[in-house]
Amino acid sequence: MISPDSIGRTFAGTESVTVTQSQIDAFCAVIGESDTTIAPPTFSIRITLDQSQAILSDPAIGLDWTRVVHGDQRFEIFKPIKAGDSFTCSSTIESSKAIAGNEIVTVRSDLAHNEEITVSTWSTLVVRG
Amino acid sequence: MVNFGGAWMIETGTTFDEKVFYINRALVKSYADASGDQNPIHQNEEFALSVGLPNVIAHGMLTMALAGKYLTDIAGGSANVLEFSARFTKPVIVPADIDIDLTVSATVTDVSGGRATISLAASSQGVKVLGLAKAVILV
Repeated sequence: MISPDSIGRTFAGTESVTVTQSQIDAFCAVIGESDTTIAPPTFSIRITLDQSQAILSDPAIGLDWTRVVHGDQRFEIFKPIKAGDSFTCSSTIESSKAIAGNEIVTVRSDLAHNEEITVSTWSTLVVRG
Repeated sequence: MVNFGGAWMIETGTTFDEKVFYINRALVKSYADASGDQNPIHQNEEFALSVGLPNVIAHGMLTMALAGKYLTDIAGGSANVLEFSARFTKPVIVPADIDIDLTVSATVTDVSGGRATISLAASSQGVKVLGLAKAVILV
C-alpha cells in the first residue's frame, strides 16, 4: 500500500537524461514514422518509465512495481522533444484509492529542462491486490 | 469521410478513414527494445500463460504509440500534438507467427482557438482496446 505520507509528494530524480537520435530512430521505426527530427507523441515514456520506477522504488513510499498494471496514460506536451535534449524527471503521487481489492495510483511525471517543463505525463497504475 | 493524403478540413464532425496497423511478436520485441519495457508478459508465452493471460500481450503503450502515429498523420507532424490520453481497456493478444490487426479511426469533436480535439477509437480483432482516447492538436 502507498504510505499516506507519500500522497501529494513530489520526488525528484537526481540524474539528467539526454535523448539520443538512435532512441528516436528506434521508436519511429516501430510505428512507421519517417520523420525522425521530432520525437513521436508518446516517446517520453522511454524516459519516464525508467525514471519514475527508480524515483518511486523507495520501500517507504510503498509502491509495489511487481504488481503494477498500466491502467491509463496521458501526455501533455509543451515543447517537442528532439535528439540532444536533456531532462531531469520528477514524479508526484497525485492520488491513491482502493477499488475492488486493487489500489489505483495516479503518478504524474514531469520532464524538465532548466526548470521548464517540456512534457507532463500521468499514469494510472493498478496495483493488483 | 475524408481521405488521408488529400487536403482535408478539420472541423467539428470531420471523420478520418480508419487505418489498420499490424502487430506481431517481432514488432512487440522491437517496441520492448525501443521503449525499455522488457516485461516478460510481452515476450514470453510461457510466462504470460503462468500469470493468467491468454497469450503474449502487446504493451498498452505500443497500441498507444501506433494510435499516436495515426494522430501525428492527422495533425501534420508530431510537433502539432499537444495532448494525448487513453485508457487500456483490453489487451491486444499476440499469438506466435501471425499478424494481429490494430484498427484505428478518429473524429473531430471540437475546434476552437487554433486547436482541435480529436476522439480516437482503437480495436483489435473487433475488441475495443483503447477507451476514452482523446487528443488535442494544433490546427
